[in-house]
Amino acid sequence: MEISRRSLLNTVATGAAVSALPLRRARAQAKPVIKIGVLNDQSGPYRDTGGTTSVVCTKQAVAEFASQMSGYTVEVITADHQNKPDVGAAIARQWYDQEGVDMIIDVPNSGVALAVAGVAKDKNKVHINSGAATSDLTGAQCNANIVHWTYDTWMLAQSTGGATVKAGGDSWYFITADYAFGHKLESDTTDLIKAAKGSVKGSSSYPFPGTTDFSSFLLQAQSSGAKVLGLANAGGDTINSIKQAKEFGLTMDIAALLMFITDVNALGLDVAGGLHLTESFYWDLNDKTRAFTKRILPQSPDNYPNMDHAGCYAGSLHFMKTINKMGVAAPKASGRDIVTAMKAIPTEDDCFGKGSIREDGRGMFNSYLFQVKKPAESKGKWDYYKLVQTSEPAQAWRPLNAGGCPLVKA
Amino acid sequence: MFSLGFTRPQLIALAVMVAVIAIAPMAVYPVFMMKIMCFALFACAFNLLIGYVGLLSFGHAAYFGMGCYLSAYAAKHWGFPAEICVLLGGIVAAAMGAVFGAIAIKRQGIYFSMITLALAQFTYFLCTQMAFTGGEDGIQNVPRPFLLGFLSLSNDMAIYWMVAVVFLVGFLAIFRIIHSPFGQVLKAIRENEPRAISLGYRVDDYKLLAFVLSTFIAGAAGGMKSLVFGIASLSDVTWQASGQIVLTNLLGGMGTVFGPVVGAVIINTLEFYLSPFGSWVTITQGLIFVACVMVFRRGVIGELGARFKVAL
Amino acid sequence: MLFGYNLSPILAQSVLGMVNGAFYALLSLGLAIIFGLLNIINFAHGALYMLGAVVSYLLLHFLGIGYWPALVLAPLIVGAFGVLLERTMINRLYKLDHLYGLLLTFGVALILEGIVRNSIGSSGVTYSVPEALRGATRLGFMIMPTYRLWVVVASFVICITTWLILEKTPIGATLRAATENAALVQSFGVNVPRLITLTYGAGVGLAGLAGVMAAPVYSVNPNMGSDVIIVVFAVVVIGGMGSILGSILTGFGLGLLEGLTKSIYPEASGVVVFVLMIVVLLTRPAGLFGKAA
Repeated sequence: MEISRRSLLNTVATGAAVSALPLRRARAQAKPVIKIGVLNDQSGPYRDTGGTTSVVCTKQAVAEFASQMSGYTVEVITADHQNKPDVGAAIARQWYDQEGVDMIIDVPNSGVALAVAGVAKDKNKVHINSGAATSDLTGAQCNANIVHWTYDTWMLAQSTGGATVKAGGDSWYFITADYAFGHKLESDTTDLIKAAKGSVKGSSSYPFPGTTDFSSFLLQAQSSGAKVLGLANAGGDTINSIKQAKEFGLTMDIAALLMFITDVNALGLDVAGGLHLTESFYWDLNDKTRAFTKRILPQSPDNYPNMDHAGCYAGSLHFMKTINKMGVAAPKASGRDIVTAMKAIPTEDDCFGKGSIREDGRGMFNSYLFQVKKPAESKGKWDYYKLVQTSEPAQAWRPLNAGGCPLVKA
Repeated sequence: MFSLGFTRPQLIALAVMVAVIAIAPMAVYPVFMMKIMCFALFACAFNLLIGYVGLLSFGHAAYFGMGCYLSAYAAKHWGFPAEICVLLGGIVAAAMGAVFGAIAIKRQGIYFSMITLALAQFTYFLCTQMAFTGGEDGIQNVPRPFLLGFLSLSNDMAIYWMVAVVFLVGFLAIFRIIHSPFGQVLKAIRENEPRAISLGYRVDDYKLLAFVLSTFIAGAAGGMKSLVFGIASLSDVTWQASGQIVLTNLLGGMGTVFGPVVGAVIINTLEFYLSPFGSWVTITQGLIFVACVMVFRRGVIGELGARFKVAL
Repeated sequence: MLFGYNLSPILAQSVLGMVNGAFYALLSLGLAIIFGLLNIINFAHGALYMLGAVVSYLLLHFLGIGYWPALVLAPLIVGAFGVLLERTMINRLYKLDHLYGLLLTFGVALILEGIVRNSIGSSGVTYSVPEALRGATRLGFMIMPTYRLWVVVASFVICITTWLILEKTPIGATLRAATENAALVQSFGVNVPRLITLTYGAGVGLAGLAGVMAAPVYSVNPNMGSDVIIVVFAVVVIGGMGSILGSILTGFGLGLLEGLTKSIYPEASGVVVFVLMIVVLLTRPAGLFGKAA
């Protein structure tokens, strides 16, 4: 009697815990649902470069395409990966396994992106990356389930780095975010500097995320005697580095290798004016980009779309177009087939114009070198860039055979 | 003896636990269940020290995290079978535990905790610097190895049974340790260390052995986790991770057999449901800490046990 | 130049290290006072430091109250919060093991951090340098932002003043006596519980003050507390738990040591404190300045 009451108690305690567990879902819906998951940094240093504006842009693509969807609806869910590869990989795994997510988009932070790309391959689903930079996504670590849409470290090095070297900046010191992205950006830029007979005097890598004080690295850079300070970091870190460089009266030229318009806005033109940077999208580039921006702004009034955001829009659009062609069952059956089809269909959208996706997953669009306007040159809100140079896809991106992607047949 | 020293209520609780493990994957996401089992085993290993020797190691994540790394590395680069990966995680963690433990047990109380914390931070530093850990990126895309060299674990349910077996073996091993003559000496040390010394026990040897056993199991638990998730990363070596395992024990009930398991279930479930809502996980964990300290210091199982006068 | 080395980078890094050292000293000072009198290991200290920064940001953002008034107001607000914490929770733990005080304050730290992260995001917000301290000062071997120099000087003055109050005034004497033997002091008619409450308030007020001073340097972010708390613990342990002067000297000393490490082996600057702590605990268990138990 006594014992059975105790055992009952145990059963109840454990049972209560179990019934609270994440249960497997049974769903019965009339129209098939395609699910897109926006996975990015929503609270950390990359929250403005990606964050909720990426979600807005993805949803905008879905809303615009709704009338053309052939017999399905699209649902968008989002999560914050906190810039931790393990968190990102676990969410991706659970999304693909449990939530019925067919495609994950954005994923800034190269470390997280590489992990998510691995899960996509494992589960044979789709990942369209817009937010991460590492050129390894279409190089040594490429796989048949991913598309790298917007930009990469090779293209940044070529454009911003190339312009700096051409202007006489032949000796560099790097401040590098200590993870996949920072190191790849540093090494891609170093290749370019060496090819131009320049030299790298040294580099400091700092823990990411969590570093807010860059003063000691700036001092090391200053005492190295290099002419150019190469910032192999992004978002909030780049903003802090540039601000503090000013505080400490740094006399070197600054090459902010990855900078978005959102960062320029945070810095202000009096600090950022004159810097060179590279994006594959600018809101004020042409009538179509302005029209796109006009549609986005009501939902994201304080944050104009940058190339990462635009990539989420364009990538989602292309994904849905491909599903129209392949049928709604295709993404559930094989993500690899979807990605193969995405590569076969030319891309066209308001942000990147006409383009294509290469065998290795590389999106082939123009890249633009901009110079940030001085305060006096800016005529209005977010009027920040002067176009310096346009690179056609063939020049903008790493040659197909140079990346070492196993998908590319020699 | 068949009962292994379990009392009747404990046997019933054990049966319930085994039944839940067997049935749960039909209703619950198996990866989630595996995560709970990994952390439950880690918590049990920690409990061996805090609950039965009275040692608060504030850096136990170092051993768990090292287990993660080693097992992931062995699976990815050496292609070892799963059981060897997990074992290797445990062995390396235990080797570290032997060295660090020998240093730490020279001091008592809060100083012991501080040294374990410092050594864990040192380990964290090594993990950020050594090439094999992959720094901030971690060891990614670890392929699930084969069990015994030929059984594929790529299906979630296949690896589930392996994790379940390792968890139960670890759990039972800890139970045996606690109830062995060795465990009795540990409890004597917890209650009154000078007296244990005066009775002629070489207290330091006992403490060290307990420390090594605990770190071995923690390392094996970590080794399983990285095989399940296919990734080993810095998150598992941080002092915050060490703090979380203290919380798990405090909540479940330190020095109870089933407490750490219940604690792990509650903490992971909360995390699962709250993680989409920003930092509510952190806030809730904080509230649990405060509530445990202020209202029920014996933890869930401790309080239940006291209420119904059974040792669980 | 010395032995063929250019000294100025090393000097520059050391001066920068002193800025960190200034914060370590302020924080560990409060922690040591609290530990000395309350026997509580105040894990919430880092979170309260962060709270000081957040409060000064909120004062500026919502009430238009600038840096200088915040320098007084924010520590008072944080101190008042501390008093509340002590009255409602911590005072029930004095009879228990150290462990429980540590776990309770750890929980409080998690709550504060979570709330702040939910409201301002994990990368935080910036707080600009007050008008009067903008610009930079030329030190010969480097250009130093004036604000950072101010931090070092102000922190030093505050630490020394606090130490003098504790060592040379009647209040300090009572406090020290209560640390040694609370019951005896109580029998002299001193309201010891109130003394304890106010001490806790003052200790965390110091953390709040450090937070205000840190806001323009590190920007206001929810992790600033948890990043520093472990280091500050180590400082207190190295200095000798409860030793006021020990924590001040160790705080500044550690800043210097980290600065030096940064000019030689930058990656190790974060870990040097733990190596030092292990060595000190194994050779001088009571810390550098602590009395042997």
